[in-house]
Amino acid sequence: MRRNSVNLILILILLALSIWVNVPGHPQINLGGFQRTMDLVLGLDLQGGMQVILQAKDTPGKTITIDQMNNAKSILESRSNGLGVSEVSLQTVGANRIVGEFPGLTKTDEVLNTLKETGQLEFVDMGSTPLPEGTVIITDLNSTTPAVLPTQAAGAAAPTTADLKARVWHTLMTGDQISVATVTTQANTSNIVVNFELKDAGTKIFKDYTTNNIGKYLAIVLDKTIISAPVINSPIPEGKGYIEGKFTQETANNLAVQLRYGSLPVAFDVIQSQVVGPTLGQDSIHKSIIAGLIGLFVIMLFMVIYYRLPGIVAALGLATYALISLALFRLIPVTLTMSGIAGFVLSIGMAVDANILIFERMKEELRAGRTQANAIDLGWRRAWNSIRDSNISTLITCVILFWFGSQFGATIVKGFAFTLALGVVVSLFTAVFVSRTFLHTVLDRIKFSEHPTWFGA
Amino acid sequence: MKFNLIGKRYLYFLISLLIIIPGLIGFGMWGLPLSIDFNSGSLLEIKFQSGNLPQPADVIAIYDQAGLKDSRVQTTADNTIVVRSRDMTNDTKNQIISAMEKQFNDKTTILRFDTVGPAIGKEVTTNAAIAVGLAALGILLYIWFAFRNIPNAYRYGIAAIIAMMHDVLVVIGVQTYLSHFFGWEFDTLFLTALLTVIGFSVHDTIVVFDRVRENSSVYRRLPFEQIVNHSIVQTLDRSINTTLTVLLTLFTLALFGGVTIRHFVIILLVGIFSGAYSSIFNAAPILVVWENREWTTWFNRNKTAA
Repeated sequence: MRRNSVNLILILILLALSIWVNVPGHPQINLGGFQRTMDLVLGLDLQGGMQVILQAKDTPGKTITIDQMNNAKSILESRSNGLGVSEVSLQTVGANRIVGEFPGLTKTDEVLNTLKETGQLEFVDMGSTPLPEGTVIITDLNSTTPAVLPTQAAGAAAPTTADLKARVWHTLMTGDQISVATVTTQANTSNIVVNFELKDAGTKIFKDYTTNNIGKYLAIVLDKTIISAPVINSPIPEGKGYIEGKFTQETANNLAVQLRYGSLPVAFDVIQSQVVGPTLGQDSIHKSIIAGLIGLFVIMLFMVIYYRLPGIVAALGLATYALISLALFRLIPVTLTMSGIAGFVLSIGMAVDANILIFERMKEELRAGRTQANAIDLGWRRAWNSIRDSNISTLITCVILFWFGSQFGATIVKGFAFTLALGVVVSLFTAVFVSRTFLHTVLDRIKFSEHPTWFGA
Repeated sequence: MKFNLIGKRYLYFLISLLIIIPGLIGFGMWGLPLSIDFNSGSLLEIKFQSGNLPQPADVIAIYDQAGLKDSRVQTTADNTIVVRSRDMTNDTKNQIISAMEKQFNDKTTILRFDTVGPAIGKEVTTNAAIAVGLAALGILLYIWFAFRNIPNAYRYGIAAIIAMMHDVLVVIGVQTYLSHFFGWEFDTLFLTALLTVIGFSVHDTIVVFDRVRENSSVYRRLPFEQIVNHSIVQTLDRSINTTLTVLLTLFTLALFGGVTIRHFVIILLVGIFSGAYSSIFNAAPILVVWENREWTTWFNRNKTAA
């Protein structure tokens, strides 16, 4: 009896906490590094947005390492933030894929293009033979073929354009040496340019090169395409410069973002993309919430009608279960998708099953003539094996579903598996702890033999 | 013994076969159309500002011009069109959209644009099969472990898996007919439903088996057939009530939930019902058939236990 009172108090505290988390007005938690706004996070299908799966391009003879993938992921994250896209979620999946989710996004094409480009900037020594903008060239960066230095080739006959295109050019340095990149409009020409500042090592390379090569051309190359090839007029000792291409405000911005956060270690292809309009989601979320509430109400009604007094206890247990689950959704936080809601509703079914198992066993024990407290304990203990084994088998399925979902960025499956698993765990907890305590609290004061109809027996 | 449920076991098997075999025949004849989740392709759902829907033939013509043959156009109840086609790039999509806006003299909103490249579609299909296989194996091993204290524990695992396959076949059979007559597709949601049915089917079976496990140690002298029968009868109230609550929840989801999950919920309804049936009328009877080694008499005499 005493232990029961302690349990009851613990449950009430837990309930109070859950209600506090769930009240509208959104309380916030700030405990040191732990911060939660406790807003329900809606998945892409509910609020609209884009999901893409990027796959690293295969380069023969090179394998993609985990480090490269993680590096690529953090660069993509910085780039998305730089583009002003908020709440982006990026995940590496399998050996060579990244799944990106961009909620509520409208400019999908532009973002996608900025994200997937490698963004490899090179400063290429062109000697005295500039090639026009837009030419795709070969450089000796990451290549074993040695460059033909323009200075060596200078003595030979004037090269044809075809020769120049086939030549391997020497890369002086890469965009890694850039520390700051900004976009400005030049006052005199009103051209949009990307300004850059170099790191110390880069400043020295730049200074040495510009001092020794006045009158020569230095091409600025992005992903092997020349974007400008200015002539060097004077030495540049301070490590500052600007890139002049045919930029619009947007393309200049995108380049600056790519320069600021560095180049991707590998190039990516878009192998799958999904764009969901928000209207589709709004419609479904309202209906699903209403359906969920109706479902919960119908179950409670059924339990009360069929099991009478224990049914009321079960209804209370279910309400506790729903409150705790919802609080967890906000705390973790769980991204709610349509299938996630379905998984949650289904887990309610499993929570009810636990209660039904306990009550049926309890009724059997009561019919066998056991005392009330005995029947509760025995009924609970005997039902526990079934509850445990059946729920563990559901959990096994959830784990495999979750793995399957993660493998492909199939968030539908993942969301479903996660909420179902969470629901099963919470329902195990309510079955073990909450329902039993409630039963004792209510039933220890009532005699079954005096009121058999209260038990639906 | 109040009811003799187990005696009619061959009738239950027959009922199951009467559902499953037509399903398999349908599956053999028509197959299951895969959605773009499992097959490469693009899906574009568009809403027109004026509310007028264009003629499907005109839309198909625009797709043809963009080099996408064999596109299919559907109009929906929400006054949108859904076009399924071979997979296309973002640029092609933009080209198609502007062609439509020009030709139909209307503004469009893209509600959905999904594209799956050929490589990933095949992978998902293979891995879905692996996922189902792994789930079955995991469950089998768990039951074997959980029932290790009673004789022939592995039989319970295998019987549960057979009942599970029963439900998978029922669901696939029903889906085959629904896709043939109503154009439903095998998509990720269908797969999710299928996997849920698997989980639930085993969940249900274990509750019955758990009672057999318990009764086996209580009534040691009773014949196994009676122990199983007794266990089914004892758990019948619970089986009916649980199935009823789950079905009720699913009904509310089907009636009031969004259109997007309606197929999902209906498949679940079929699967959960089948799961409840197979736990009582397939899984437990299989244990008895196995215990009695009844197959040795199947071909000797025509009339056996039924």
